[in-house]
Amino acid sequence: MLRRLFVIFGLVVLLAGGAVRASYADDATLTLKRLATDNYADIELGIAAVAASGLPSAEAVLNALADSRLSYRSADKALFFKDASGSWIDAATNTMPAEQPSGLKPVKVNNRVRRALEAALGSMTLMAADPQKRIAAAEAVFKSRDVNTLAALESVIAKEQDAVVKRHFEEARAAVLLLKVDAPESDRVAAAERLGERGDQDSLALLGAVSEANASANTVVAAKLAAKGISRRLALLSTVQNAWYGLSLGSVLLLAAIGLAITFGVMGIINMAHGEMVMLGAYTTFVVQEIIRTKAPGLFDWSLPIAIPLAFCVSALVGLLIERTIIRYLYGRPLETLLATWGVSLMLQQAVRSAFGANNREVGAPSYMSGVWDLNGFQITYGRLWIILFGLAVFVALLGVIKGTSLGLKMRAVIQNRRMAAAMGIRTPLVDALTFALGSGVAGIAGVALSQIDNVSPNLGQSYIIDSFLVVVFGGVGNLWGTLLGALSLGLANKFLEPIAGAVLGKIILLAVIILFIQRRPRGLFALKGRAVEQ
Amino acid sequence: MITFFIRHFDRTAIGFVTTLLLIAVVVPLLNLAVPESSAFHIPTYLVSLWGKYLAYALLALALDLVWGYCGILSLGHGAFFALGGYAMGMYLMRQIGARGVYADPVLPDFMVFLNWKELPITWYFFDHIGYTLLMIVLVPSVIAFVFGWFAFRSRVTGVYLSIITQSLTYALLLAFFRNDMGFGGNNGLTDFKYIIGFPVQAASTRATLFALTALFLALGFLLARAMVVSRFGQILASIRDAESRTRFLGYRVEHYKVLVFVVSAAMAGIAGALYVPQVGIINPSEFSPSNSIEAVIWVAVGGRGTLVGAAIGAVLVNFAKTWLTGSFPELWLYGLGALFILVTLFLPKGIVGSLAVVVQRMKGGSAA
Repeated sequence: MLRRLFVIFGLVVLLAGGAVRASYADDATLTLKRLATDNYADIELGIAAVAASGLPSAEAVLNALADSRLSYRSADKALFFKDASGSWIDAATNTMPAEQPSGLKPVKVNNRVRRALEAALGSMTLMAADPQKRIAAAEAVFKSRDVNTLAALESVIAKEQDAVVKRHFEEARAAVLLLKVDAPESDRVAAAERLGERGDQDSLALLGAVSEANASANTVVAAKLAAKGISRRLALLSTVQNAWYGLSLGSVLLLAAIGLAITFGVMGIINMAHGEMVMLGAYTTFVVQEIIRTKAPGLFDWSLPIAIPLAFCVSALVGLLIERTIIRYLYGRPLETLLATWGVSLMLQQAVRSAFGANNREVGAPSYMSGVWDLNGFQITYGRLWIILFGLAVFVALLGVIKGTSLGLKMRAVIQNRRMAAAMGIRTPLVDALTFALGSGVAGIAGVALSQIDNVSPNLGQSYIIDSFLVVVFGGVGNLWGTLLGALSLGLANKFLEPIAGAVLGKIILLAVIILFIQRRPRGLFALKGRAVEQ
Repeated sequence: MITFFIRHFDRTAIGFVTTLLLIAVVVPLLNLAVPESSAFHIPTYLVSLWGKYLAYALLALALDLVWGYCGILSLGHGAFFALGGYAMGMYLMRQIGARGVYADPVLPDFMVFLNWKELPITWYFFDHIGYTLLMIVLVPSVIAFVFGWFAFRSRVTGVYLSIITQSLTYALLLAFFRNDMGFGGNNGLTDFKYIIGFPVQAASTRATLFALTALFLALGFLLARAMVVSRFGQILASIRDAESRTRFLGYRVEHYKVLVFVVSAAMAGIAGALYVPQVGIINPSEFSPSNSIEAVIWVAVGGRGTLVGAAIGAVLVNFAKTWLTGSFPELWLYGLGALFILVTLFLPKGIVGSLAVVVQRMKGGSAA
């Protein structure tokens, strides 16, 4: 019976233009007429046929049958159903007939018919026009593993053109077949293999349910093999996922620390207010978004690109101000600079708290920052992806400035030998001021990125300052590559320790390891060599 | 011994010790013996408040010993303070005994609440005051020794040392926040009732604690003073001013540094232990790096390398903090921040150090 339907369906697909419509209607009437009977067994078979027919009205007809709204004209066995308003609709054409039909007999329903109806309606969406809906239906079957949908699945698998949807269908069928005790052994073995290829947690649970009690030896072996494969794959996946999170955390650390690396590297001072520069950048983003929200809502997706240069300028200016008014009087006294900048950080925090309040401020995510990219079970959030790319871009740009510009050349000269650089005519105070502004500006840019993943509050900077120091010290002073390596390895180590030891304990272990590492190599991974070391 | 002190004590030092001994006697008397109606009566809350300041002063003294005389800027001295405080807190918790909310004779309330059945090993013997006193000194000392041994032997100096001391206290902060550590987690230890059998809240106990704090501050000062005026202190100063040169002269720099670091940590621990019963609570926030940095500014304000100045700075800054946070809460952080900046820019020797310079100049002027 089904085969005949397929042939008809295939023909329908082959035919073109107006011919399609005509033959389609003919076919529809033929199929529908099978419901126009008093025999329950016939109705049951008819339901499956209608469900598999792909008729536009099929769902409406079956729903009407379930609600006892379906009737047929005894004269020509034409089907009609009542719509919500109570008027009759011709099931074959899915339109209101010219005149209200008469001599109608209701199609009767018993429990067996009702069960068949439920299965049919459940599998109906398997034939939806939208591929996404078909996939969703397949996943629903995968979860429910309803044996009654098997016939419908077989039929849709045979005619599905879309490879992705077909894969989902086959996985759903495999899920049903695997635990169907009376299914042929070869089918069940194939199902186990199929689920092994799917390889997610659900498949693993299904395969775990196969045992000698409900399957033959061959099936059990196949299931065990597939489960093993999945476990291995999932372990690999979680490693990749951890690596991804680690990379993401590492890029955040990189963004937060890279400005510090410059100021620390060039001037040998610790800027405790560095975290507050990051915070200023985040608040700049907030202000930009607020203005855009009220003045030009259409530009919202552009808020971050607009905020980046502004945040750079705000933080760089504040940095320049700090350097000119405080730090320049403290050169050569690094510990005093540390205390003075700590004072600056306290004042900046309080200033922001007075201006914006102590509560967290809401910074929205533009459309391209939200959403997830599912790569075969490996989830990539766009926000993280952008931050990683952004972190690397900032790193490359900064490297370019240091290697390729005149300011960079002078900066490197001052790092290597301040007095010799001064003797060669480099105005070291100017280089210091510009370097400090540059480092602060980069921190501001970091704030734009961090506003997307962290709470924008006056304490934002505080939570990053210790980590940033550790990154800089770990990587080695005055070396951007060291900072990159330090940030990434700290990020990765953190995320790989987390599942083993827990978030807090992992962090403590990491701190202990870094403290020990600094004892071994007091100048970091990439230490400056030569005279610059002892100053 | 006595001649040593007399020979090496200038008038400031003698004045400082005498003042401390005086207030250790007078303040409790004014609190307990003078009737409340009298204008000279000191209310109990003020006694505890000033007791707290004096405990901070002892911490500042400890910090000045390492920073002012040996150039070790520790941004983690709050950790030693808090460790001493926790040791005392554990004793006070076990003193509660069956008087707690859950009335468990052995387990403190928070352990009953967490459904623990046995006392963790770390809490054994903390019902004995002798053991507690030992731990108050020993725990910070041992941690300082291990940390200092590794750090100073590998010649971690300057800002690097500051950063890792900061990481040390940060790691301890995170650790003490954990409930499984068994130190009360987030809430810390509080609700103390008795100390060596005396009720903690009673005015007489508070007055005694105040007197003890003043006494220990005086003792700590004498010890620190003895260290810095001796040959040992001269080597410390030479390490501070030219570490490499001192090493090349044949001194084992790291030994000196470790010793002074351990002594300082022990002093900080004692300060913490005196602080806790007077404040009535100890929780992980005492480990926060900002607390340790704040302690550094007390020393800077008073004058590093003067000892007396450190103690005075601690009292002054904390007095200002109490007053400002009470009257103008908005202004406190501005004030503290400005203090950090102004002191480092314009008063690098601190109040006492600058005064000493002024006095010196006046003397020189009159002589000429």
